[in-house]
Amino acid sequence: MAALLTAARGGGAAAPSALDARRRPRRRLRRLLRHLFLLVFVLLMVYPLLWMVVSSFKPGELVLTQPGIVPEAVTLENYRFGWNALNEPFTHYLINSFLVAFGAILGNLFSCSLTAYALARLEFRARKAYFAIVLGSVMLPMHALVIPQYIAFSELGFVNTYVPLLLPKFLATDAFFIFLLMQFIRTLPRELDQAAMIDGASPFRIFWSVILPLLQPALVTTAVFTFIWTWNDYFTPLIYLTQSEMYTVSVALKSLVDVQTSSGTGILFAMSLISLVPIFIFFITAQKYLVQGIATTGLK
Amino acid sequence: MSTVTDRPVPAGGQLPPPAPARRRRRSQAGIAHVFLTPFLLGLVLITAGPLLASLYLAFTDYDMLSAPSFVGIENFERMFADQNWRASVSVTLRYVVISVPLQLAFALLLAAGLDKGIRGLSFYRSAFYLPSLLGSSVAIAILWRQIFGDSGLINQALALIGIEGSSWLQNPDTALSTLIVLNVWTFGSPMVIFLAGLRQIPEELYEAARVDGAGKIREFRSITMPLITPIIFFNLILQTIGSFQAFTQAHIISGGLGGPLNSTLFYTLYLYRQAFVNYNMGYAAAMAWVLLVVIAVFTAVYFLTSKYWVHYGDE
Repeated sequence: MAALLTAARGGGAAAPSALDARRRPRRRLRRLLRHLFLLVFVLLMVYPLLWMVVSSFKPGELVLTQPGIVPEAVTLENYRFGWNALNEPFTHYLINSFLVAFGAILGNLFSCSLTAYALARLEFRARKAYFAIVLGSVMLPMHALVIPQYIAFSELGFVNTYVPLLLPKFLATDAFFIFLLMQFIRTLPRELDQAAMIDGASPFRIFWSVILPLLQPALVTTAVFTFIWTWNDYFTPLIYLTQSEMYTVSVALKSLVDVQTSSGTGILFAMSLISLVPIFIFFITAQKYLVQGIATTGLK
Repeated sequence: MSTVTDRPVPAGGQLPPPAPARRRRRSQAGIAHVFLTPFLLGLVLITAGPLLASLYLAFTDYDMLSAPSFVGIENFERMFADQNWRASVSVTLRYVVISVPLQLAFALLLAAGLDKGIRGLSFYRSAFYLPSLLGSSVAIAILWRQIFGDSGLINQALALIGIEGSSWLQNPDTALSTLIVLNVWTFGSPMVIFLAGLRQIPEELYEAARVDGAGKIREFRSITMPLITPIIFFNLILQTIGSFQAFTQAHIISGGLGGPLNSTLFYTLYLYRQAFVNYNMGYAAAMAWVLLVVIAVFTAVYFLTSKYWVHYGDE
């Protein structure tokens, strides 16, 4: 398809007819206008973020008076104050969030790849029923489950631990990723499995030595999305984590909101930005995988 | 000798044909369930079990201190008499019905503008997609609270051109709109899905239309729109389900209360308050089931009407 597109583009430029020649300046103008429009739109979209970056370096009072993104004065005070404004230094919450996010990645990679392999490759009667359950649970609102889950975890004494945040990941409850990995496994030639089977490999061996290595791009996609979603998640840690030393970054930010008055906007911005840095890094390094993952399954 | 023959052992150059699927079906059920152990445990412990439990709790009164007491349909009756509940339904429906179509319209228009081998595609795509990744974070909710605050970015900008701003977040008429704007701002993820869909439309169709003298608008209406309806359908379902569950932004921006005058009292926000602030677990479970049913109804309506407006090509 891509070849077709480029061919169509190249063909138009390489064989100019008299008609094309007359139209070319107008087309160039139109193209320019389109880029101009798109760039203005991009600026509009990204302006709030730029402004937040700049404002986080402004001395407190100026945040509330300057809409521009060229700072008149630069200070690191917001970061210094923000870092120590809560019970623990902000580093503590960052580490908590990383622990939870990496735990979630481990859980999803483990459980979703096993499930996806079984549903995509093994033959058994209940397969279709399980797949229907996977698809159906994508539509299931988490709120219909969260109340009994909370009651159960609280009875078991798991409130204020990371168990309620991580256990579901190890039990393949993120149906999106099962679906994504299944889609990917389906594109791998079945002959590979069959050849391995003829060589006497067990399904476990095939999964581990044949499928998993080929699955790498989809596994990276799963890992990156799991990281971003877990890092951003607010509802679950809000419910389960009540002691401030257990807080993840999102709950820590919320308590910073409660502590700071409006004059502390710069401080809030500084810490908010710090919380977005890991996502930015993942976004920049794994863009290709993110876009692919989105396009194939429609993940957020 | 004869015991060996029932196992297909390849001997010499004579490989047996690839084992037909039918023969393997029986033998792989056991091994499949070993692979599926985490999934099945999750299904029972994290999904199906809690789902049934919440259905039971919906008919009880339970505060987590004494045992749940069965109250029949009292929770549901109470809901319809509850002013706050009615407000939360109205807020959530308005949010979904306004922001989802707006978001998808932006997504589709920009995807159409970005298609056709435009230069810098990956730059534009990233710039538009970034807000989708950040949108659900507390950090962006904090930013949004400031942008629309009394001395926020919007009012500062308006002041520059001599217009006196408004108290966007304090005014019940405008508070919900700020959250709608935030949701529309995250149009990047449906846009990426649209881009993938637009790639699938054969270029010949456009060439044929151009030969027939069709203009850009006509092309979009007669070729792009009909062929992209399956993707619209897909995005519509995903975004509707997601928007019904919006929580973080409202919780941060309204300080957890859904004010002013309940104008940002999202359904999930009220549910959270009933469950985890007031510990009315039975009532909250009943609310959760109503949400589940409403989402199911929306999805069903999309599916049922889809045959009138979703075109699946020749197949």
